[in-house]
Amino acid sequence: MTKLVIDNVSRTFPGVRGGAPVMALTPTNLTVAANDFITILGPSGCGKSTLLRIVAGLDRPSTGEVRLDGRRITGPGADRGMVFQSYTLFPWLTVAQNIAFGLREQGRPEAEIREIVASYIEKVGLRGFENHWPKQLSGGMQQRTAIARALANDPEILLLDEPFGALDNQTRSLMQELLLGIWERERKTVLFVTHDIEEAIFLASRVIVMSARPGRIKADLAVDLPHPRDYKMKTSPEFSALKARLTEEIRVEAVLAAAEH
Amino acid sequence: MLRPLEPIGQGARIALGISFFILFVLGWAFATFGGYVSPTFLADPLTMLADGWSLLVDHGFLFDIFVTIWRVLGGFVLAAIVAVPLGILMGAYKPIEAFFEPFVSFARYLPASAFIPLLILWAGIGEVQKLLVIFIGSVFQIILMVAVSVGSTRRDLVEAAYTLGARDTGIVRRVMIPANAPEIAEILRLVLGWAWTYVIVAELIGSSSGIGHMIIDSQALLATGQIIFGIIIIGLIGLISDFLFKAANRWLFPWRFA
Repeated sequence: MTKLVIDNVSRTFPGVRGGAPVMALTPTNLTVAANDFITILGPSGCGKSTLLRIVAGLDRPSTGEVRLDGRRITGPGADRGMVFQSYTLFPWLTVAQNIAFGLREQGRPEAEIREIVASYIEKVGLRGFENHWPKQLSGGMQQRTAIARALANDPEILLLDEPFGALDNQTRSLMQELLLGIWERERKTVLFVTHDIEEAIFLASRVIVMSARPGRIKADLAVDLPHPRDYKMKTSPEFSALKARLTEEIRVEAVLAAAEH
Repeated sequence: MLRPLEPIGQGARIALGISFFILFVLGWAFATFGGYVSPTFLADPLTMLADGWSLLVDHGFLFDIFVTIWRVLGGFVLAAIVAVPLGILMGAYKPIEAFFEPFVSFARYLPASAFIPLLILWAGIGEVQKLLVIFIGSVFQIILMVAVSVGSTRRDLVEAAYTLGARDTGIVRRVMIPANAPEIAEILRLVLGWAWTYVIVAELIGSSSGIGHMIIDSQALLATGQIIFGIIIIGLIGLISDFLFKAANRWLFPWRFA
């Protein structure tokens, strides 16, 4: 079943101070099936974050449109949860209050909010930290809270923009397993932007490779590795084969991008 | 021994802070008791204390202090009631900012003290005139500083709130205001300090009570001890209000100090 349709979407940013306009994203088509975990892989400047922001409604496409469940997206909304690369927890709210933010905005009853918040605190392993301020948390814990905050709204699709990019390797690996575990249980539709090849393969049921300048989709690869997955899979021959292939794809792009500078 | 940004202990910090006060008074005592400065121009510390005591006991100076505090707070609270909401609106909504900002920027540079003669014409020499001086001196400053603070709310926080389903008024009320509340409190603390300079100026001209009035009276009597006592009282009140503001901030915004 089709969940999300990206239909001929492009984005051109106007030139700065009379400069030439910059095309960040060439007209792009992508169809996302329900319950799919899609990673969008590409070097920096390939327009992958721009594409994600357009789906979130935080940016407008220059051409084309995005449809979620057949409805055209015109702005941000609670049906598309988003986790950012930067730490975006509200510093004046505790962990529990942060997770409750979206539910409060919708005016859900307090008892229901408490119940949902408690269940997500449990799912992301933050029991005992409900009343901590974001400042008191490590980067990994902040991003876990951010994931819980986005999921608490029960969005149709979860958008993640390099959410583990600022974390150290060990923490990142744990976070990938946590996120995948949640997805394996709840089967949300997920769009996950990253420039890390291993991360892209490990999480995805489908990897979209993007090329830079101008951004466009270059390859579309199904990942048929079995679930549940754990970190050991990263050393399996199938995983390595996929990694070798994507490394080749990305390398060409990185070389091209580097040559332009 | 002195290394850039090297922190010091709480005890050493307090000891150093107090020692400069002591040095200052010692220098003052040396200049006055040593006969290097004529008592006509500068009273010695003991005379200042004796003058202060007599002011408090015999001349009802406590009432003057009370009147001055009342004026500062009255004018300041009025200014804050007008300026904080307007500043928030300007920071949040660009058309409102475009409408008010040029005028407020211009008005900010009008010296409040220069309005005193005009205000005396309009409002007489009663309390209204004093409150208006403080009001004019504070309101434009608060508006602009609050607008800048709210306008520079972290964009990613606003975007996160949008993706969580917040609407425009929700963004202002539940993101922009709480995100900037500590900054707004800090702005109020700063401007309250400036309001203290305006009130004294307002009281120097056409007033029959208040610390400023006592100071101008004492000048006629060449009572420099009283003048210095009055100035020190203002300093002390400033110190206390600063302390109260900081304590209130700690209590109101625990997330900042966690």
